[in-house]
Amino acid sequence: MLLDALTLQLGYNATLVAIGAALLGVAAGVTGTFLFLRKRALVSDAISHATLPGVGLAFILMVLLGGDGRWLPGLLAGSALTALLGLWLVQWLSRATRLGEDAAIGAVLSVFFGFGIVLLTVIQTIPAGRAAGLESFLLGSTAGMLYSDAVVIAVGGLITLGLVILLRRPMILVAFDPGFAETTGIDTRRTDLLMMTLVLAVTVVGLKIVGLILIVALLIIPPVTARFWSDRSDHVVMIAGGLGGMAGYVGAAISATAPDLPTGPIIVLVAFAGFAASLMLSPGRGVLSSFLRHRRFQAAVHMRQGLLALAQEQPIYEPLTLRLLRRAGLVRADGVPTDGGRARAAKALRDERRWTVLRSMEAHEVAASLYDGLREIETVLTPDQVAEIDRRIGLPKGVKP
Amino acid sequence: MNLTLASADGARLGPEMAALAHSPLAIRGLTVSYGEKPAVFSVDMTVTAGAMTAIIGPNGAGKSTLLKAALGIVKPLSGSVTVFGKPLAEARGRIAYVPQRASVDWDFPTRVIDVVTMGLYRELGLLGRIGAAHKARAMAALERVDMDGFATRQIGQLSGGQQQRVFLARALAQGADLYLLDEPFAGVDAATEKAIIAVLKTLRDEGRTVVAVHHDLSTVRDYFERVVLMNVRKIAEGPVDEAFVPEYLQEAYGGRLATAQIDQLSLAGA
Repeated sequence: MLLDALTLQLGYNATLVAIGAALLGVAAGVTGTFLFLRKRALVSDAISHATLPGVGLAFILMVLLGGDGRWLPGLLAGSALTALLGLWLVQWLSRATRLGEDAAIGAVLSVFFGFGIVLLTVIQTIPAGRAAGLESFLLGSTAGMLYSDAVVIAVGGLITLGLVILLRRPMILVAFDPGFAETTGIDTRRTDLLMMTLVLAVTVVGLKIVGLILIVALLIIPPVTARFWSDRSDHVVMIAGGLGGMAGYVGAAISATAPDLPTGPIIVLVAFAGFAASLMLSPGRGVLSSFLRHRRFQAAVHMRQGLLALAQEQPIYEPLTLRLLRRAGLVRADGVPTDGGRARAAKALRDERRWTVLRSMEAHEVAASLYDGLREIETVLTPDQVAEIDRRIGLPKGVKP
Repeated sequence: MNLTLASADGARLGPEMAALAHSPLAIRGLTVSYGEKPAVFSVDMTVTAGAMTAIIGPNGAGKSTLLKAALGIVKPLSGSVTVFGKPLAEARGRIAYVPQRASVDWDFPTRVIDVVTMGLYRELGLLGRIGAAHKARAMAALERVDMDGFATRQIGQLSGGQQQRVFLARALAQGADLYLLDEPFAGVDAATEKAIIAVLKTLRDEGRTVVAVHHDLSTVRDYFERVVLMNVRKIAEGPVDEAFVPEYLQEAYGGRLATAQIDQLSLAGA
């Protein structure tokens, strides 16, 4: 069943939704990365909640004009307008008053959302205009998605993606170093505004599928996840786009396998699964690898301390150190060093002296920066360079490591 | 004698107009205010081409703010800035800026070489491809600060001094004529300080102009030819021998420097 869904064999509507959700996911992941790098993730929450009154107002206006109150482009245009107003209010509040941006976001988010709910409630009491279903913008609803809806989402997503590619350099520069960006002639305020407008576009486009409450997740989870896998911003952008697209596609497919499975929340859960897996398993920044690295580091420290203590014939009391030395066959059960242990200890002591010399040589700065008191010096220098350092120390020749 | 004393009375223009047109950085009547307390008040400053100038003064004297206003990063309340005789916007390509190291997040996902390449973004435009020539220029800039071995490291793995050298390399990649540095020696190791000053002196010898906010009074005489001494207002401006003297130091620092210290500083070069 899920396989059918993933290969787009569950019918017309499911296929539309899956493709639409994938495109939305890519656009949200890519755009969200810049928001995340600029450390403005929460602003998107204010933007998305500020779309709701626009939906209600657009509906009322279209009914008053005698049209279909549920015409999607009209509703999206209305939501974009109030979202823009909300965004502008957040910026103005935090710039012109002493309110922090967080306080401004909290105020704008709740007031706009409250006003939107009031409007929707009022609309329910109007007999005309088939108001039922407007509340689906809260959490998204794909059940009755039309081909034209899918086209709106696809076109909106593609335009957003194109603009992000066009603006990537100024946006990255402003996110990393706004002061420097300004000196190269980039208008940081305008760049921020453009970035927020792109976020707004993604939000509005995503209303139909994931709804305004959960769109933030689709903007933020993919970049946060991607950050676990790369130290390069261009790669983070691409990984986030891929993850977002995959979450959208897989989530939509899963929700198509059974009636009444909500699409938006499932997309968010799929994205979260990717985040949780990355949090645990990422080789660089993951919890598991951090834990293992810490254990390995601890063992290396104890080993080195133990060897240095052996070399200087000091007693060792630390149980972990003794255990490690014994397990490596460097000391006997009674704590007396073996021949192998004596050799390794002598080498450790000599390496200490070599590092001391190395760190005072400006020519070897790159190598010296790797000094952590643990690394074998042969891993950063060639045998010739080690020999050169040994000449400086003046150790007797022929001492084998 | 090129010493001009700060005055808010407006009797400052006139004979030096010709010099202004050629100065790499000329500031007139600049006032910057955060809230309603001026951080920089009515400052005039004419930077001499091909020289190294230090901006010095106590903490909170507005040194960094002056630099940021000169670069258009903060908007002044009043005053004018001309760069090589032109308005700032027309001379962006001739300026390079080295911000304070602490002003950015060093956990940002970017590598050393990418940061240096940011110095080329202005030339590259929105879509220009980063070609072999650009990469070579970025690497050459890294070599000048002895950081070419670190090109593909993530910036968070660098020491403070190395981070500062990466910022300098980014400015070098810009190929500017005027270099503005905000506390380039703050919190760096001695080797980095030596490397940076050597690069700056090379820039000066190539005929470029260097202006740095500086906090270590004991090195002013060794590093710089000219100083601007300020404490919200400009106290003095000129060659080190004329402006870096007890009278003005006392005025700028008030009770913050002991008289003995001041005498020692100004005698060091005499």
